[in-house]
Amino acid sequence: MNYITISNNQTIPISDIPEINYDTFFDTNTSFIYDNVERHCVNYYGYQFNNRIKLICCIADDNTHEIFVSSCLVHQTDKLSSFTAKLFCFEKFEREIHENFGIDYVDHPWLKPLRYAHNRFDKSKQNANYQFYSIDSDELHEVGVGPIHAGIIEPGHFRFICNGEQILHLEIQLGYQHRGIEQYFLEKKNLLQRATIAENIAGDTVVGHTTAFSHIWESLCGFKAHRDIQFARTLALELERVAVHTGDLSAVCTDIAYQLGSSVFGRLRTPIINYFQEWSGNRLAKGLIRPGRNQFPFSKLLGERLKEVFDKFEPDFTEMNEELFSLPSALSRFERTGVVSFDDVSKIGTVGMSARMSGVNRDIRVSHLYCLYPELNHEPIIKHHGDVYSRVQIRKHEVWQSIKHIRNLLNSIPEEISADSTLNKPKPNSFTLSLVEGWRGEICHCAITDVNGDLLHYKVKDPSFHNWLALALAVRNNEISDFPVCNKSFNLSYCGHDL
Amino acid sequence: MFNNVKILYHQGKQFIPDVTTVEVPGIFRGRPIISLEKVDQSKFVELCPTDAISQNPLCIDLGKCTFCGECARVFPNKISFTKDYKLSVNKRENLIIKEGEDQPIELNSELIRKEIHKMFGGSLKLRQISAGGDNSCEAELNAAGNVNFDMGRFGIEFVASPRHADGIVITGPISENMAEPVQICYDATPNPKIIILAGTDAISGGIFLESKAINRSFLEKYPIDLYIPGNPVHPLTFINGVLGLISRKK
Repeated sequence: MNYITISNNQTIPISDIPEINYDTFFDTNTSFIYDNVERHCVNYYGYQFNNRIKLICCIADDNTHEIFVSSCLVHQTDKLSSFTAKLFCFEKFEREIHENFGIDYVDHPWLKPLRYAHNRFDKSKQNANYQFYSIDSDELHEVGVGPIHAGIIEPGHFRFICNGEQILHLEIQLGYQHRGIEQYFLEKKNLLQRATIAENIAGDTVVGHTTAFSHIWESLCGFKAHRDIQFARTLALELERVAVHTGDLSAVCTDIAYQLGSSVFGRLRTPIINYFQEWSGNRLAKGLIRPGRNQFPFSKLLGERLKEVFDKFEPDFTEMNEELFSLPSALSRFERTGVVSFDDVSKIGTVGMSARMSGVNRDIRVSHLYCLYPELNHEPIIKHHGDVYSRVQIRKHEVWQSIKHIRNLLNSIPEEISADSTLNKPKPNSFTLSLVEGWRGEICHCAITDVNGDLLHYKVKDPSFHNWLALALAVRNNEISDFPVCNKSFNLSYCGHDL
Repeated sequence: MFNNVKILYHQGKQFIPDVTTVEVPGIFRGRPIISLEKVDQSKFVELCPTDAISQNPLCIDLGKCTFCGECARVFPNKISFTKDYKLSVNKRENLIIKEGEDQPIELNSELIRKEIHKMFGGSLKLRQISAGGDNSCEAELNAAGNVNFDMGRFGIEFVASPRHADGIVITGPISENMAEPVQICYDATPNPKIIILAGTDAISGGIFLESKAINRSFLEKYPIDLYIPGNPVHPLTFINGVLGLISRKK
């Protein structure tokens, strides 16, 4: 067998992952995905292993709920043929491996730095000397934006090539937010410190990332979370989705200069995040999710309060949406703006909302179940046009859907609250993978432990990792004035990408 | 038109009338109080993920605290977090709260430069720089300007360019890759200008203090006018902090 089949949150001995030669590794993994839209690569990365580099590739099958893991040992000096030349969805992963270890790919089309990690192989590569794609022409001009942007948002550089007002090409250069998260997980030994790092990966997806980290840790320690813990996580994940999607609707309205929508959606986000504070003491749910324990038990009273919040929220949210989606001036800015086709989305391997906008049925809440999702009978919301309109529609419908899920959950609030238990030490020489559907899409964390059960390697993949390229493709042939609304309709994470 | 009026009517009154006295809902973790109860101090100190708690004398540093509340969970009689969201100071040491202390945190008015009130008392335009910030502080600074908190009523606003700004607000621990852009942005801001550090990550590096990928040398070069703790900063903490800095003291 060239690979091992595992399920979400399963811990296996690292020696169970077959180690195959690069040619077989190449064929196995590319043939998994080739012509199979229901399969995608959830993580592909390398780590130092006895003076060589061990590559680990994880491919998820959305229909069979399986994850296929294989590995391969290579030398730093090897010149390898790239997966990307055959399948574009490996593009980012191979750039990362090249940046971290200096491995050369002979036929990679775009072997540029990815995030300027502090422990990168070639320190002479700096974000100041990044080689942008350019076209020599008297008729074209370039527009550079960032790293610091006009609003209160994170840094990143955008380089447009425009013909008049029309965008021909956009290249996005990231890495400004790099804080060395993956390495830092290994350096900080205390569990609370690690949980704090996890909630700082992306401050707008606190629940998503801490849940993924908690799943990894609990699986490594052989801890089975009780119903009350799973309940709190499921509810918090859906509530985070409601909060961010509502905020994003406000931001999209701002970018089309629709003041009423901007204000109303903006203020509608407030009661939702204030509810997080009522429950956990923090508006963005920092401190709420912790491995192996129910940090803030969810009471009947809290359930009643949440129902009250939704009862007030829903009519206003629905009324505002009816108005927004009947305004010709708003619709003309949404429809057929920033289109990414089904083919492009499948090629890039985007995840979450950025896949569902173009007809790809990809949702971890259905395909690789965890927490209480098996009971919720979740059905992904899928749109087909891949434009701003589709993305805005998905947000609107997912807010309604998440509220429905939460109301269902509230019908059976677990009475028994699990007592604080000390977690066992993580299993030695093990590998674990955790998938969680955050509001942006699939979050993937992978961990490997050493002979003593200490973390040997930790890998994080935020949904934005792939999805940034979808934004770059979306704006082609659009007017540059439509860039903000395209950008906001995706709302991707800089720090989640840069780590 | 009629629909718009209807929608407006349905929103009711959303703004907070007095942002200096309003009470926050739920269990906000604001200014902590350390009681004089005897506990195993070394255990108490070890608990903190960011070494914000230290001994001799026993105290907690709000510039390092991530407000996770773990200490109060394990030692509920020793430390408690009140709902007091006024946490800003203009002297770094004043963020350290000692055992037994229970006074409101205030700015030291003698340390506020005279030109600040004169120039910015009625209007303060700020340029925000996210330097390794995780987008939580950024979201809360955005929220400070929404219809609920409505910071604009005090003439405080975020602007799109450092050239239009009276000062910069830094969030995040300042990543190595952002060190240069932060300097460029500061240099582009006209004099006189102020520097505000918003959030635990910006004030001390927070959980990232020992990360090799951050570079905080910028902060050693200039005096800091305002430290606003929080993880993330609550909009009310931010507004009250800035108001304290620019309004005239009696």
